[in-house]
Amino acid sequence: MYSEKVMDHFQNPRNVGEIENPSGVGTVGNAKCGDIMRIYLDIDEEKVIRDVKFKTFGCGAAVATSSMATELVKGKTIHEALQVTNKAVMEALDGLPPVKVHCSLLAEEAIHAALWDYAEKHGIKIEGLEKPKSDIHEGEEEEEEEY
Amino acid sequence: MKKLIYLDNAATTKTAPEVVEAMLPYFSEHYGNPSSVYSLAGESKKAVTKAREIIAGALGAESNEIYFTAGGSEADNWALKATAESYKNKGNHIITTKIEHHAILHTCQWLETNGFEVTYLNVDENGVVKLEELKKAIRPTTILISVMFANNEIGTIQPIKEIGEIAKKHGILFHTDAVQAFGQLPIHVDEYHIDMLSSSGHKLNGPKGIGFLYIRKGLKLRSLIHGGAQERKRRAGTENVPGIVGYGKAVERAMKTMEERTAKERELRDYLIDRVLREIPFTRLNGHRTGRLPNNANFSFQFIEGESLLIMLDMEGICGSSGSACTSGSLDPSHVLLAIGLPHEIAHGSLRLTLNEEVTTEDLDFVIENLKKIITRLRNMSPLYEDFTRRQ
Repeated sequence: MYSEKVMDHFQNPRNVGEIENPSGVGTVGNAKCGDIMRIYLDIDEEKVIRDVKFKTFGCGAAVATSSMATELVKGKTIHEALQVTNKAVMEALDGLPPVKVHCSLLAEEAIHAALWDYAEKHGIKIEGLEKPKSDIHEGEEEEEEEY
Repeated sequence: MKKLIYLDNAATTKTAPEVVEAMLPYFSEHYGNPSSVYSLAGESKKAVTKAREIIAGALGAESNEIYFTAGGSEADNWALKATAESYKNKGNHIITTKIEHHAILHTCQWLETNGFEVTYLNVDENGVVKLEELKKAIRPTTILISVMFANNEIGTIQPIKEIGEIAKKHGILFHTDAVQAFGQLPIHVDEYHIDMLSSSGHKLNGPKGIGFLYIRKGLKLRSLIHGGAQERKRRAGTENVPGIVGYGKAVERAMKTMEERTAKERELRDYLIDRVLREIPFTRLNGHRTGRLPNNANFSFQFIEGESLLIMLDMEGICGSSGSACTSGSLDPSHVLLAIGLPHEIAHGSLRLTLNEEVTTEDLDFVIENLKKIITRLRNMSPLYEDFTRRQ
């Protein structure tokens, strides 16, 4: 069902944990749908992400996308981090089953939410960053109808 | 190689070696069509008749009340749709429960789009149908009550005899989906006033692709498939002879071993339940503590998600299942767990383990040790657990 890379990131997730006094924290998803991601960022004065940690409640793909997303933004500037899309996360994991694509969206959203929190705390505006949605499941495709 | 510990026997079971052995001659030796005249076909016909007798005997039914189908879902569909159609002049109301298998629920939803009205009964926190609510739901137009014998997810056994009596008293037909119960619990169609009963071969060490619908004599149910004279013209098509033979053998075996086998499974089930509840914090048992299938245990572990748990168990060679949304292919967790009142996030963290006669205490010890490790690991990764511990 999952690619080897997904299984690797699920079994050996990178950057699991918390950061004390983080520059920004973002939590997205909801327990009702079965996945929640929280990303902690430690950003220095040069606006470079020095450290990143995550915690995730969710399926194998949710854990793997969180792990990969943290890898992709670590050491990047906040502007570079903003360019890390769900597609990039999926590609880095050698793809996800169609029903799990929303997990990669959640990972992108979690990074954005943490950046938003950082921007708010520091009274700055990050160009291209929009206020994160609270529920990323809105507007998903309907199931096929039975007749 | 790592030992496989298969604890998903409610999903399917291993076909028993003696069942396979019984089936084999009916592929390339006695391959005749039971409807043909020559003596080759006679062997096939005899084998089908014998299997039908074994199955009827196991239920206290007559042979000509057993109609073979391709499985449990087909039997459920047939019972509901044909009753609705055949009895629509009497009424258009059906009563079922919120915890039925989707083969019942989705069929009922389809019937609702075709002019029928369906009442979905609530269950209590253990998953037991409320008889008072059932009595109140009965209308002059009620034509059918369909309540499963035992639930496939949480294992809860329903008060089938009482429901049968209520149905009989009101002159309403009673169907039960006994896919999980048949072979695990004694069933007698007359004693329980059952008019129709669905079953599936692969849940009791029989082959896949074979099931049956018991239809009480005298019921005017329309045919499912029109064509030849097979299954008393009600389900046409050349019989799945090897499947039927295997099913007969599986039922014979299940009935013979039922008492001893289920006593052993009950003991192991209780050992598993007691240890998990005692040794893993923030855990609950779903379903009735004692009034449940002998081989069923269903837990919810707070703060974690079921699919992650299943993958990690699989890496240790342990097969189980979960009612989380991720495993159901939708965004909602199991309708059964929601019906017994669990909040979504707790339903997502469920694990069903269903035993068989081959499981040992040592196997369960291995499972419990791994569960403890995996759940600790997943909780340490969970933002829900982080929030919970911060609040403490």
